[in-house]
Amino acid sequence: MDEARTSRRGLSPRLWLAGGWLILALAAATFAPLIAPQDPLAQDLMLERLPPFWLDGAESGYWLGTDSLGRDLLSRLIFGGRIAFIVAFAAATSACLIGSALGLIAGYFGGWADRFISRIVDIWMAFPPVLFAILLVAVLGTGLSSVIIAIAVIDWTRFCRVIRAEAMSQARMDYVESARIAGYGRIGIMLREVLPNVLPSVVALLSLEMGIAVIVEAILSFVNLSISTDDPTWGSIIAEGRLSIHQAWWVLVFPLITLILTVLSFSQFGEGLKARFDPVLR
Amino acid sequence: MAEPLFSVRGLKVALPDMTRKPLIGRAPLAEILKGLDFDLPKGSVTGIVGESGSGKSTLGRALVRLIEPSAGSIRVEGRDISHLSEAELRPLRRDLQMIFQDPMSSLNPRHTIFNIIAAPLRQNGFGDRLKERVAEALQRVGLPRNFASRYRHELSGGQRQRVGIARALALSPKFVLADEIVSGLDVSTQAQILTLLEKLAAEMGLTIAFISHDLSVIRRLCRQVIVMREGRIVEASATDALFDNPKEAYTRDLLAAIPLPEIDADWLRLPAKAPA
Amino acid sequence: MSACLEIRSLSALLPNGQRVLRSVSLAVQPGEVRALVGESGAGKTMIGKALLGVLPKSVRIIEGEMLIEGEELSRLDAKARRTLIGARTALIPQDPLTALNRSRRIGPQMTDRLVRILGWSGERADKRIRQLLDEVQFRDPQRVLKCYPHELSGGMRQRVLIAAAFAAEPRLIVADEPTTALDVTVQKQILRLIAELQRDHGTAILFVTHDLGVVAKISQKVSVLYAGKVVEEADTAALFAAPQHPYTRALIAATPRYTDPYASLKPVDETVLAGLTAEIAAADKAWRPAHG
Repeated sequence: MDEARTSRRGLSPRLWLAGGWLILALAAATFAPLIAPQDPLAQDLMLERLPPFWLDGAESGYWLGTDSLGRDLLSRLIFGGRIAFIVAFAAATSACLIGSALGLIAGYFGGWADRFISRIVDIWMAFPPVLFAILLVAVLGTGLSSVIIAIAVIDWTRFCRVIRAEAMSQARMDYVESARIAGYGRIGIMLREVLPNVLPSVVALLSLEMGIAVIVEAILSFVNLSISTDDPTWGSIIAEGRLSIHQAWWVLVFPLITLILTVLSFSQFGEGLKARFDPVLR
Repeated sequence: MAEPLFSVRGLKVALPDMTRKPLIGRAPLAEILKGLDFDLPKGSVTGIVGESGSGKSTLGRALVRLIEPSAGSIRVEGRDISHLSEAELRPLRRDLQMIFQDPMSSLNPRHTIFNIIAAPLRQNGFGDRLKERVAEALQRVGLPRNFASRYRHELSGGQRQRVGIARALALSPKFVLADEIVSGLDVSTQAQILTLLEKLAAEMGLTIAFISHDLSVIRRLCRQVIVMREGRIVEASATDALFDNPKEAYTRDLLAAIPLPEIDADWLRLPAKAPA
Repeated sequence: MSACLEIRSLSALLPNGQRVLRSVSLAVQPGEVRALVGESGAGKTMIGKALLGVLPKSVRIIEGEMLIEGEELSRLDAKARRTLIGARTALIPQDPLTALNRSRRIGPQMTDRLVRILGWSGERADKRIRQLLDEVQFRDPQRVLKCYPHELSGGMRQRVLIAAAFAAEPRLIVADEPTTALDVTVQKQILRLIAELQRDHGTAILFVTHDLGVVAKISQKVSVLYAGKVVEEADTAALFAAPQHPYTRALIAATPRYTDPYASLKPVDETVLAGLTAEIAAADKAWRPAHG
């Protein structure tokens, strides 16, 4: 037993790598005005399509080059990160709260509550998510809050399904009966016995969902349905980069890499956290 | 004779049979207990023995009203608890506690041992002096008080079951249901846990229903035995009478099937019952 | 004649350097049943797994030899080893439900092994299986062959697996707690079947169990295992008549006996456990210098 006590696992490499990237990106986004080398909106046709720093013709101060309007790509990515992170946190948290609460209720209480919630989830899942999002934003009007609402409204089912299944298996554990014997009511048991055991999954899903929210926001920007086109977002940068792929590949490639790294980091970070905070190995 | 703690009459329990559940709609009910009558005298340890499918665990769960009987009555000190609601049961729970078979599943991995043992105390109006009370409960089952800060996975099987006992006894209940509490343990640990329970039962004057598939264990611990098979009582009598002079063929079969740790060349040669 | 199974000084390590098997030696002679008894964590299942080559990746065998009828397993390449093990040994597992594929009928599952590993014709395998099902006292083998595992009771499933184990006429069967999950009355039938088939076919059995009661009834020889070390080895009759090691004595005294409730169920004495710990430590100390 003393072995088990001391064998607290340290942070895994993937947690380090994913967490490191996220912290770096988040810090850059938060302090964007201080960090960004240029004004992300400043156009200068004299500087159009400058290549990244290691290629001939690069200009110092424009590390990742410029786009076809001469705007600094690195600065635009950093400022784009602000929107990506705001959407990621707000949308994922809302989806998480709605979905987890409903999933917990459906899974633990079962019966008609489960049938009702599960039916809604089934219906919800029948809509193609991206089309659903485009439709919602079209109805709500473009803008940051619409994007957040759209993602939350669509993606709560993800949480609901997983948490429902976990809560169901938790509800069969003896410690649930033991809590009844101890005199706890149904809601007390749900919060005290079931919730702590589904939390690791909630956290993992939340992190994964943040990555998904970043993608959805990028997709919406890409089809010009996110926020005003003046503010740089990763999606809008990618959309513009696509147009000049043959003249300036970097305008497409760097935002794509940023996007992929961020989304991957969110999912790996979540998985890593789940493994880290699961005390129950056996 | 004094009034028994439990008085059970005509007890029937029917549960949904999931193996026969149709694709759509509810599972049909299967009668697990088919009319049981017995008493549990105050301060006695009663063994309930049977093979799988005998309904012994269902009976236990009905006694502590984790499930509701479909017919018959369960009286505790004269009061019929068979159809009380969860809210009406709550004040009675204090006196009707349970030790589970699998301490792995009955101890929440996310709670410290302190929180696990404190749960029934908090919930039943003993929220003051929790630290002392938990330490007492641990001491009672022979665990050091610093175990309070540990988690389930930091304990051995025997220690986990001690925690299960500590939790059940924290409220000094009148009745404890012990459901196969040693079947998952090694023999050496099993002996420790049984000796502990034996001692505590005597000290605290507990009434215990001791469910087990193992008659050997029951003989040591119990004053009376109920032998169950397929939802009915086959034989119920005082322990010594049952072991020395079993009346029913099924009880004799059960006894004969126990492999005792001694050489007996004839044991395997005796005609066992022809399999189906 | 060489032993059916011989294990010589087998040691295995966990990644943290802890020894889980401590120079285990044991032999099973042709036609005998040797019980391997120990409590959880004693390493009794590990020995069977080492033999069949299915140890978890984290466990590393660092010394010792395993011989099946005189053939040293580590000298064979993986394929030859599988063939040898497949042809001469069989396993009766603890949990008959997980050992059977729930989505296939019993019949093809049983004949598969005979056809694939031993190269029998389908007809021959079929006939053999029906004969064995008859030997394990199924009244209607034909019907059993058409069943899915969940349509049989626990005892019936275990009988099916016993029939499957004996079908290929192995020289050695490893029985890993084959009756632990069963009710006592069913356990008795199963033990009786194993004993009968063992006698009729002359198969040697390594019978892994935690239950000294079962040991007393089924085996002729016994090895008592504690913390991966064989602490006592004896004829079963001798072991129960005069157990030599304090741990064996304690284990026998702890096993419940309804015939003698107060002489049994004795908790294992602290001094016995302390003695065991010291014995294990001494063995490790003597072993380390030779093995770095």
